[in-house]
Amino acid sequence: MALDEIKIGGLGASRRRVEDNRFIRGKGNYIDDIVLPGMLHMEILRSPLAHARIRSIDASAAWAIPGVRMVLTGEMLAARNLAWMPTLSYDTQAVLATDKVRFQGQEVACVVADDPYIAKDGCEAIVVDYEPLPPIVNPTQAKAPDAPLIRDDKTGQDSNVVFDWEVGDREGTDRAFAEADVVSTIEMHYPRSHPSPIEACGSIADFNRATSKLTVYMTTQAPHIIRAAVALVAELPEHMIRIVSPDLGGGFGNKVPVYPGYVVSILASILLERPVKWIEDKSGNLISTGFGRDIYLKGEMALRNDGRILGVRMHTDSDHGAFFSDAQPSKFKVGLMHSAFSCYDIGAAHLTAQGVYTNKAPGGVAYRCSFRVTEAMFFQERMVQAAASDLGMDQAEFRRINLVRDDDFPHRTPWGFLTDSGQYGKCLDLGLEAIGYEDFLRQKEEARRRGRLLGIGISTMTEPLGAGNSREYDILGIKMFDSAELKVHMTGKALLRTGAKTQGQGHETTWAQIVAHELGIPAEDVLVEEGDTDTAPFGMGTYASRSTPVAGAAVAMVSRKIRAKARRIAAHLLEVSEEDIEWELGRFSVRGAPDRGVTIQECAIAAYSNMPDGMEPGLENNAYYDPPNLTWPFACYIATVEVDPETGVWDVLRVVAVDDCGVRINPMIVEGQIMGGLTEAYAMANMQFITFDEDGNCIGSNYMDYLLPTAWETPGFELHEVVTPCPHHPIGAKGIGECATVGGPAAFVNAVIDAIGDAGVRNIDMPLLPDRVHEAITAGHDVSGAPPVKTEP
Amino acid sequence: MYPSRFRYEAPATVAEAIALLADANGEAKILAGGQSLIPMMKLRFAAPAMLIDINGIAGLDYHHPDADGTYRIGALCRHADLEKSAALAASQPTMAAAAPVVADPLVRTRGTLVGSLCHADPQGDWASVMVSLGGSIVAQGPNGRRSIAVNDLIDGPFQTVLAADEIAVEAVVPAAIGTRAGGYLKLERRVGDFATVGVAVSAEMSGATVSRAGIGLTGVGPATINAAEAAGSLVGTSLDGDALDTAAQLAAEAAQPRSDHRGSADYKRHVVATFVRRIGEQIQRSGQEAA
Amino acid sequence: MSTLFEEVPASFGDDVPVRRVTLTVNGEQRAANVEPRLLLAHLLRNGFRLTGTHTGCDTTNCGACTVLYDGVPVKSCTMFAVQADGHDIGTVEGLATASELHPIQEGFKDEHGLQCGFCTPGMMLAAKALLDENPNPSEDEIRWALSGNLCRCTGYQNIVKAVMWAADKLGGAADDSDDGSADGAGSDAGEEG
Repeated sequence: MALDEIKIGGLGASRRRVEDNRFIRGKGNYIDDIVLPGMLHMEILRSPLAHARIRSIDASAAWAIPGVRMVLTGEMLAARNLAWMPTLSYDTQAVLATDKVRFQGQEVACVVADDPYIAKDGCEAIVVDYEPLPPIVNPTQAKAPDAPLIRDDKTGQDSNVVFDWEVGDREGTDRAFAEADVVSTIEMHYPRSHPSPIEACGSIADFNRATSKLTVYMTTQAPHIIRAAVALVAELPEHMIRIVSPDLGGGFGNKVPVYPGYVVSILASILLERPVKWIEDKSGNLISTGFGRDIYLKGEMALRNDGRILGVRMHTDSDHGAFFSDAQPSKFKVGLMHSAFSCYDIGAAHLTAQGVYTNKAPGGVAYRCSFRVTEAMFFQERMVQAAASDLGMDQAEFRRINLVRDDDFPHRTPWGFLTDSGQYGKCLDLGLEAIGYEDFLRQKEEARRRGRLLGIGISTMTEPLGAGNSREYDILGIKMFDSAELKVHMTGKALLRTGAKTQGQGHETTWAQIVAHELGIPAEDVLVEEGDTDTAPFGMGTYASRSTPVAGAAVAMVSRKIRAKARRIAAHLLEVSEEDIEWELGRFSVRGAPDRGVTIQECAIAAYSNMPDGMEPGLENNAYYDPPNLTWPFACYIATVEVDPETGVWDVLRVVAVDDCGVRINPMIVEGQIMGGLTEAYAMANMQFITFDEDGNCIGSNYMDYLLPTAWETPGFELHEVVTPCPHHPIGAKGIGECATVGGPAAFVNAVIDAIGDAGVRNIDMPLLPDRVHEAITAGHDVSGAPPVKTEP
Repeated sequence: MYPSRFRYEAPATVAEAIALLADANGEAKILAGGQSLIPMMKLRFAAPAMLIDINGIAGLDYHHPDADGTYRIGALCRHADLEKSAALAASQPTMAAAAPVVADPLVRTRGTLVGSLCHADPQGDWASVMVSLGGSIVAQGPNGRRSIAVNDLIDGPFQTVLAADEIAVEAVVPAAIGTRAGGYLKLERRVGDFATVGVAVSAEMSGATVSRAGIGLTGVGPATINAAEAAGSLVGTSLDGDALDTAAQLAAEAAQPRSDHRGSADYKRHVVATFVRRIGEQIQRSGQEAA
Repeated sequence: MSTLFEEVPASFGDDVPVRRVTLTVNGEQRAANVEPRLLLAHLLRNGFRLTGTHTGCDTTNCGACTVLYDGVPVKSCTMFAVQADGHDIGTVEGLATASELHPIQEGFKDEHGLQCGFCTPGMMLAAKALLDENPNPSEDEIRWALSGNLCRCTGYQNIVKAVMWAADKLGGAADDSDDGSADGAGSDAGEEG
């Protein structure tokens, strides 16, 4: 009798999470929980100024504090050729400042001491003499003819422009605009945001002089990449480096890049020959580490009166901060911005993009987003709303007219992506039905007659998830595959390791479910391990919703290799030829004689005790999976809001989410990802942003100013699903981790704009703070949120 | 995250605390709830040489009305005590409205009203409430006790007129003439956010007529603002639309907001006016319902 | 640590005041010599190695460090260890007994009320304080009581469900338990739903 797949925790089971057993007992093992014998503690002194020349650094008072073991400055690093490090975007970044500080919060010195309190005392005792320089906080300032040059360290860099880039069909797009009945334009800024996992970053470097081995415990989403980077930066042999990524208190992209704190802790450990722990505080995390977004759009759409989109033009200006250290492995300068409009059948498209340096923190990361996809889909859905409004068409109808149809797949987008599957119309209809679209429009009209402002916002999008395929991605030339290694022990229990790294997504639970699905070994019999480069197979880590599309596929593929070998063993045990063997979940049987069979567990013991002649013993294997394409989940998010016209405060009434992420391995976990993503979408639309004043001071460098919503404000979510399996993924799954963060913000913003629609307002920049909404309502014009923030009385 | 070194003392009596304060020559801070002070020490914005922890002093955790209606709040009465108090809800509507919106529920279990007043943060909710109520604190020093109106206590951002050897032991809300009415509205983006604007309106009603009124404003000036003229304009009215418009206008003029990332100065003035009107309407409605 | 030997930091000058604190942690009497500036969270984590109490921010916002102080939920990063002298502290490590999880722990697992797990201990202790005071809270009451604790992963909806699950189990031990949830948290391969 076949196994019940749900009962063994296979595909589709909402299996309760294995990792929770330690987390709910307070027995997680996060970076700051690790204590090594003889460990010292490091704290970082940061620049209070956004742009200044360093005249001198006097650390003598810090050295004099009892318990201070070492003070490290840029000068010391420069002597070891470590003051600068390479970035993933082929630029350089200061480890500790030598010549200038280029953003507020930049790392200036580090103090290593017996405990972190003393290390902090040491930081306070360091005297730095700064000569202030004028700061730059936005692209307009950066490109001004008299702008100070931020990167005067780089030979040949004579402006603050990082890159100019374009993609698409310029002439074809021009033709489309020439034929248009209506041209719809909109401008906006997607504000700087921060992934802000509740746990900040940290590392414990442990250099062992006796063995010459360096072990680094580190908050990283991509331990193998870090191992390679450390080998290159510190010039240590790669096989003598072990990176261990312990339990991570969230990542969201923040824990992909290499930060100065990691590098200095490693150097300090080598110099002091003791373990050195660096635990970043929240302010340090928010003020200096990988931010997301901070990009400006000028968007234009060529429209026909019947509602068809003929062409799209986009220009973006991205603000990269002081160093171009985007942690993004796509082959494109503005990431996958040109994946915009992939769900719509548009004629032609052209994108131009420019990036600039400013006196702000570097390290643009894909904050819960596949490299500018969040901005792409936000811009797309805001442009779509403006276009529908310009045509006087219903929002939903305009989308329905232009969405790619089910029978048009595979569909080549004008920017060259290949979308392969989806039921876009069905998702939209399901969303509209769930929210009660027609009813709401009636309520909205009635409410308006009584002076109340209700609004509804729709966001439909497909996005490229699962970095990546080698055509569109690499990291410093390395292809974006991932890996799995499966060891089935003789008792039928198994150990699975992958090159991904969970940060809360539940890999320990879901990977075992894929093994259960492929082999019929109960999920509870599969132990999953990740994050230790000495044991895990080489992989590219977890970000860009790539775990299930890439590492998850590798898990399925390695399971299939194991099954293929087990089939040969089964044939041997059953004394029939392999062609006469049939597979049902967990068991091989003889074709035509279903009673004659052996279980996968029986094959496992035979692999070590009774294998056929000529077969190598053991039931272990690995798989490296380079996906043929990205996965293309689709989502329809709809929000309804009420705006208080007197104060501009808005409340969410309902949120409906329809997600099609293909086959769901663990529906409970998938829904958890969607709700978490919707919350971040709501946060960005409502309250969460980092901005700067005229002096380059960072506003949003702690949780008093950088607001994450609490349980009280966060709306309830109503989730629905459509399943269109991914045609190229071994189990038909698509990425999901980022969908709601990517598609969600536009639903909220569109709803607020819809509510105040009569005011003639096309755009209010996020977050839709009450004063911005109030200004839009009363003044009837667009409201920009671009820095600098004006702070005059 | 790691405060500087300090000397720690935990006196058992107010007198001992005062003696320690006198010893410290202005270098000491009183530790009550610590929910504002300790974060500032962790960020090293504050580094007092001595902390005098008064949590061990018995008999300061009370809050109650006297027989004549005077309401007294001891220096160790926590925000959460006030939030959960039926007595407060029944007799002090402005305070009852403010108690649940001070900081967040966990901070409220430790933080104290008196400590909040002494911290003199222009974003502090309680100071506006107390100003609207004509409240005061009782300061005790080597030479005994004196009463200081909250309006006079705060003389700048994070500055009070307390002498270096004085400790605030109690806050006092005077008895009302007639029936107390009032409310507190706070524009915050999420729980625990500082007020973009906070408005406290307190009124004492003789029937439907205002016999005394007070308006305090949070977060719209370098210190808590006493919108006395606005409040005065309400006296003798029945909080009708015109009266509220006038008071709202005057309160907006009394505000001295700065433009910042929470909103423009004009917007904040507008919200002050809106909130004054809304609380006034609420008082008027509840008065009508009672009648 | 051995009773025969305790290393003391050589670097401390005589001017560094150290105080002895004696407190009850999860029912057990503990004592330590601490500098007054040591935060309670750090005494628990680094002194007593109760690392389930996390520190997530510098500004008393996130609540990851929430512990029960004489039964009242407080942010232990915003109290000094010396203030715990003579008091009773409850941490996440004290929720479960040797043989049984607390229903709040079961609820968080069964309703998928956590992802990365970092906010979870604080969230569960805030929830425990709520249920101790109000055994049958509404959704709004739960959201209100937990609004001093930030979660970046879940969106809170499942946390609310987790607390309701626990309230049901705590209050409904004598009630019907025909929803099959009893084995939900304990079994690895829970049913869908």
